[in-house]
Amino acid sequence: MGIPVSYNLRNLVVRKTTTVMTALGIGLTVAVLLAILALVGGLRSSLQSSGNPLQVLVLRKGGTAELSSVVTQANFQDIKFKTGIARTNAGQPMASLEMVTVIDLESVDAPQGINVTLRGITPLGIEMRDNLKIISGRWFQAGQREVVVGESIGKRFPGARIGQRLHFGRGDWDVVGIMSAGTGASNSEIFGDLNQVSSDFQRPEALSSVLLRTTDAVAAKALVNDISNDPKLNLDAMSEADYYNAQTSSGIVIESLGIFVSIIMGIGSSFAAMNTMYAAVARRAQEIGTLRVLGFSRGSILFSFFVESILLAALGGLVGCLLVVPLNGVTTGIGNFVTFSEIDFNFRVTPQIMALGVAFAMVLGALGGLFPARSASRKEILVALRGI
Amino acid sequence: MTDNVVIQTSSLTKEFLRDEFHVVALKGVDIEIHKGEFVALMGPSGSGKSTLLHLIAAMDVATGGNIRVLGQDLRALNDRQIARWRNENIGFVFQSFNLIPVLTALENVELPLKLTNLKKQERLDHANTALKLVGLGDRTGHFPRQLSGGQEQRVAIARAIVTDPALILADEPTGNLDAGSAQDILSLLSQLNKEHGKTIVMVTHDPHAARFASKVRYLEKGELLAEGAVPAD
Ligand SMILES: Nc1ncnc2c1ncn2[C@@H]1O[C@H](COP(=O)(O)OP(=O)(O)OP(=O)(O)O)[C@@H](O)[C@H]1O
Ligand SMILES: [Mg+2]
Repeated sequence: MGIPVSYNLRNLVVRKTTTVMTALGIGLTVAVLLAILALVGGLRSSLQSSGNPLQVLVLRKGGTAELSSVVTQANFQDIKFKTGIARTNAGQPMASLEMVTVIDLESVDAPQGINVTLRGITPLGIEMRDNLKIISGRWFQAGQREVVVGESIGKRFPGARIGQRLHFGRGDWDVVGIMSAGTGASNSEIFGDLNQVSSDFQRPEALSSVLLRTTDAVAAKALVNDISNDPKLNLDAMSEADYYNAQTSSGIVIESLGIFVSIIMGIGSSFAAMNTMYAAVARRAQEIGTLRVLGFSRGSILFSFFVESILLAALGGLVGCLLVVPLNGVTTGIGNFVTFSEIDFNFRVTPQIMALGVAFAMVLGALGGLFPARSASRKEILVALRGI
Repeated sequence: MTDNVVIQTSSLTKEFLRDEFHVVALKGVDIEIHKGEFVALMGPSGSGKSTLLHLIAAMDVATGGNIRVLGQDLRALNDRQIARWRNENIGFVFQSFNLIPVLTALENVELPLKLTNLKKQERLDHANTALKLVGLGDRTGHFPRQLSGGQEQRVAIARAIVTDPALILADEPTGNLDAGSAQDILSLLSQLNKEHGKTIVMVTHDPHAARFASKVRYLEKGELLAEGAVPAD
């Protein structure tokens, strides 16, 4: 057994000011990292919960986003009767032709407008989105200039509420309902009748995508290959889950940027911890000498100061967690780098993310504590006893 | 060498190299201290008293000669072994007490036992016993700053004896104390020597303190005067 940890803890308490300052520095670094991870985590969960593994999305050849894709009515007729596609109770193939475009909505905090995804869709397409439901009002009616807005759009844009009118395309549209997709991407979209939307944007033939429901996972795979490899079609098919995963690329950019910033800040706060620990070693030189005279080895001195630095940093890690906890559940929007439209999602500060933050802090403490601990252990007894 | 020789040095030399010039702190010291002796080391400032004590405690290494303490050739041990050996065999008492400020009296005394295989309860029992022996059984929960100098030094003595070492080394243990407290500390050391059979080497400037010892040896400019000899002035 070595020098008791209570010795380290009490020393942290004794020099509370430097302890608090150093822990705050580390805490801020951890908070930045955690905020970024919570943001990316929220974005991921929003996009991932949008994908149904049995569903296949069809885009133009080489297309990565619905927005830039073109699929024609003729294509749709060719695809719709392929094998592996599930049927509705009425015997209809579960295939939904959809049109996606971006419209500009003004909001209070962004008077210049924010890009929002508008989707022209049929009742079958709505039915194929399992977790999508109306939470107030009703669905739009076929042939009417009516729209239903996603939950988070309803929250962020005062003009996008039931009874209000939105102006886009060739005129005004009545908002008749608010829909919720859990944490899915449809929360950030506006839905309208396919025929109305496509004629308003003068694209009755050139639509965006086809969503297909397959009977099982094997059929889904086969269908993806079948469509992608069909030379007549010139289309690409992918599972809906794969599609949304690819959309998280904007998350990856933010994540890398955040990790980069955290590392820079981490180096800074690691030096701060090092500084604090060097001061502690200097101030406790005589104690180090005494401990050595009592029979504690160089190794146990090294370990003790190393542990103290890690404890100090872990405290900072906890401070960081406390700083980001209020972010949990806060909704924000982020421009999707692929579709250039807004996706809304919640920050998710999970226990795993917090554990990672504390671990990150402890690594900073370990790095900062290494040299001071080593210098403490290298002191000659007599030199240390003189307080040098 | 007989079994009851606790410290034996021959031609023990210690030189310090400081920048250009060097200081000879000890010049060929031959000393033999036996089990159960209480030796006072005296001499003017800079005569090498502390240096000799440090070499005996293996806190520093000699530059020449030989030194055996409790039958152990100290030069044969590595860093780790010395630490262990010191923990088991030496109780060191400092002039400035050197208690750990963030630990209570009891925790300070328990500290050296952390290096033994004793269980927590046994450690606390030993520490309590040592504190009772120095008359501080009622101050176990006090921190050093809540104690007087004399009490601090008694805690330090309890810490020095808690591992039951054969040899106690004290460098001016009464140097920072008032006369009354000094008297208590010297009585305590004398008691440890007489009743518990501890061999004690104590450095002191104070002739009164030296009277508690069974033998007084003098150092002068790094040289040990012959037994019985007293400095000229
Ligand atoms: N680390 C060191 N570096 C250089 N010289 C030293 C060192 N330690 C001791 N000395 C020198 O060695 C000599 C003996 O010192 P030492 O501390 O043993 O004297 P002392 O008898 O204990 O004196 P005092 O009564 O003042 O404590 C002195 O001249 C001192 O300056
Ligand atoms: Mg001295």
